[in-house]
Amino acid sequence: MSSMNNLSESGKSGMNLKETELTLGLPGEPRVGKACMKRVFSETVDLELGNSGKKDSSGSGSSMKKESATSRGKLVGWPPVRAHRKNIMTVKSGKYVKVGVDGAPYLRKVDLELYNSYEQFLSALEGLFTCFKIRTVLDEKKLMDPVNGVEYVPTYEDKDGDWMLVGDVPWKMFAESCKRVRLMTRSEAIGLAPRPETKCSSSSS
Amino acid sequence: MSEAQAQMSEDDADLAAAAGGASIRTAVVTTGGDYSSPYPDQVLENVLENVLIFLTSRRDRNAVSLVCKSWYRAEALTRSEIYIGNCYSVSPRRAAERFRRVRSVVLKGKPRFADFSLMPPDWGAHFAPWVIEMAEAYRGLEKLYLKRMNVTDDDLAVMARSFGNFRELVLVCCEGFGTAGLAVVASKCRQLRVFDLIEAEVSDDDEVDWLSCFPESGTCLESLIFDCVEFPINFDALENLVARSRSLKKLRVNRFVNLEQLHRLMILAPQLTDLGTGSFSPQDHPIDQEPDLVSAFTACRSLVSLSGFRETVPDYLPAVYPVCANITSLNFSYANITADELKPVIRNCHKLQIFWVLDSVRDEGLQAVAATCKDLRELRVFPIDATEDNVGPVSDVGLQAISEGCKKLESILYFCQQMTNAAVISMSNNCPDLVVFRLCIIGRYRPDHSTGEPMDEGFGAIVKNCKKLTRLAVSGLLTDKAFSYIGQYGKLVRTLSFAFAGDSDLGLKYVLEGCSKLEKLEIRDCPFGDSALRSGLHHYHNMRFLWMSTCRVTRQGCREIAQQIPRVIVEVFRWNQILEEGEKSDLVDTLYLYRSLEGPRADAPKFVNIL
Repeated sequence: MSSMNNLSESGKSGMNLKETELTLGLPGEPRVGKACMKRVFSETVDLELGNSGKKDSSGSGSSMKKESATSRGKLVGWPPVRAHRKNIMTVKSGKYVKVGVDGAPYLRKVDLELYNSYEQFLSALEGLFTCFKIRTVLDEKKLMDPVNGVEYVPTYEDKDGDWMLVGDVPWKMFAESCKRVRLMTRSEAIGLAPRPETKCSSSSS
Repeated sequence: MSEAQAQMSEDDADLAAAAGGASIRTAVVTTGGDYSSPYPDQVLENVLENVLIFLTSRRDRNAVSLVCKSWYRAEALTRSEIYIGNCYSVSPRRAAERFRRVRSVVLKGKPRFADFSLMPPDWGAHFAPWVIEMAEAYRGLEKLYLKRMNVTDDDLAVMARSFGNFRELVLVCCEGFGTAGLAVVASKCRQLRVFDLIEAEVSDDDEVDWLSCFPESGTCLESLIFDCVEFPINFDALENLVARSRSLKKLRVNRFVNLEQLHRLMILAPQLTDLGTGSFSPQDHPIDQEPDLVSAFTACRSLVSLSGFRETVPDYLPAVYPVCANITSLNFSYANITADELKPVIRNCHKLQIFWVLDSVRDEGLQAVAATCKDLRELRVFPIDATEDNVGPVSDVGLQAISEGCKKLESILYFCQQMTNAAVISMSNNCPDLVVFRLCIIGRYRPDHSTGEPMDEGFGAIVKNCKKLTRLAVSGLLTDKAFSYIGQYGKLVRTLSFAFAGDSDLGLKYVLEGCSKLEKLEIRDCPFGDSALRSGLHHYHNMRFLWMSTCRVTRQGCREIAQQIPRVIVEVFRWNQILEEGEKSDLVDTLYLYRSLEGPRADAPKFVNIL
């Protein structure tokens, strides 16, 4: 499946590759180590909010070594402004799309403007839906549910209402035309063929 | 009868009543050998019930219920509003068994720190068990106020079909429901007067046009608040709804309503007392000439509360001038405006009592507020940019000005980057009526920027001089001294909030030992450990909750507390912490402790340990 090819091409883009490393562990085992970095509970727009201020401005309060650690150096819940209020200020910017998963009743929202590459985007999805991991299979990165080995294929609905495979077009083009994203199980996604850059208007199944 | 015999006969009568049903009384024999007639007691109780109906304050009622069993019963039968500050403190069944004739329920779930992403989303506070119990026990329910509860569409559906006389629904900071739930409420609750969504998180996954679901023929709506809804609504449906809701007094629309649309609504409802203006910005491609907003505002002679301004284009602000002289409440906290844009508005707001604003107006804007709003009771200044920085747009200068101009201030929430003790002390002296003082210096551990000293003296002055203070939130560089002041002087304080403060266990000890009225204590990132935790053992059963996250409390310490106090639930959870390779830590990430009549809750998710 070539949908993920763009990932390996898109380079590092400032992303900590360690975060996409495989973790060795059986399903159900407590997730320690880097895998824990992915657990964000707040609004998806707060993906920036990993945790932990690394240092405080005056050095007192030094006992705070056990501050919740971070993947991106920002502090959770500080200052105590409701996420709702924080979001409001940046509401004009940001391109929010809904992300759904086959078989799950809930939807999440992501801001595509936060990412510069498919790799970052996939990592974000991995963080959003913590049941998934990015696995490298035959040099391609795929989103899988490690419990049952089911592979999920990210697909999206574009401006024309067509459902396409994520990864076929350059990232920027995708970000502009994407209206919503759905993680389909591989069997569901079979009908979607990769598309060339010039749009065809035939709809997908 | 002698007093002792009278007492005994009353108790015996109670026992008989309990055994045989409240209305059937039988003569009982006292140990003194006399027959006592139960009838005078019955009369007494009826009289009591008729008197108690007038008692509305829940604290008064709680006192009444402690007098004796008879009074307890009478009070329980006449209480029509129940207030449950922590949904886990009592089970729905227990509440329904004691209070049988309830018309109004206030139910609160998660603690406040959940608003700041400090609590995992599936922690609990589910409304479902409550609505199921109430559907049977409280068929006459009219009002429901939920705060920080998880409410699903199904819950709303149960609610909508169970209470035929349902009138008021207020959901504050709730989540878990969507447009489908709203639609059910709108269509089934034909007596609905109040439908308020306040800072709630509403999902639009179902994309149901809920505004179209209200009764076609006309509604009893008096209040419709949905400014927190973050997706578009059907404006035509809204317009139609406003047109057929002749009792509507409060309307707060969301940011997907533009100026032109707002104008149309205002023309339909000049009787409004409370208006949330939506985006307050024109549609992208205006086709008609500009709406005459000034006339629309002029026509709203009863308007006393104004909010919204989500995407304000300052050019249009002058439209509100006609109502400034009358308004008592103004919420500009989403309006990114400068001091110069604020001044012409605020200089007319002589009657203003509640003012929420963004710090984009700077100290200069606050000075303008101080110059005009002599009746100000509540001020909230929010940060437009919530990152830690060295200098911000508001500072001690603004606070000082407010303290000098607004002497009647009762409640303040002030975000800033830096502060001085002098300004805080000044406020403590000038504003003796302060009940709520919440200062948030965004830069953590920041000292007084002019003296370099900790902020101890400032907060000390607040607890010392503001004799009515019940709620305090501290910030900046604080040593244990600040806490000793709080413990020493904060005798009326009920709610305390600490973050990144203190030196040692002593700090928390001072507070737990000194603040005898303390009910809610929320702490994050402070160096308080087990020893401090232990010092509150005598008091936890008097509190609604204690929250400590990222402090120095260990699992063992928490376990000790759990073992030593009955009827206090100790929850610990760790969900946001990375363990360094090979490190084992006994430190608890989050401790949430609350009193409860029930045992450990059955709906705790896996990451929560109840000790």
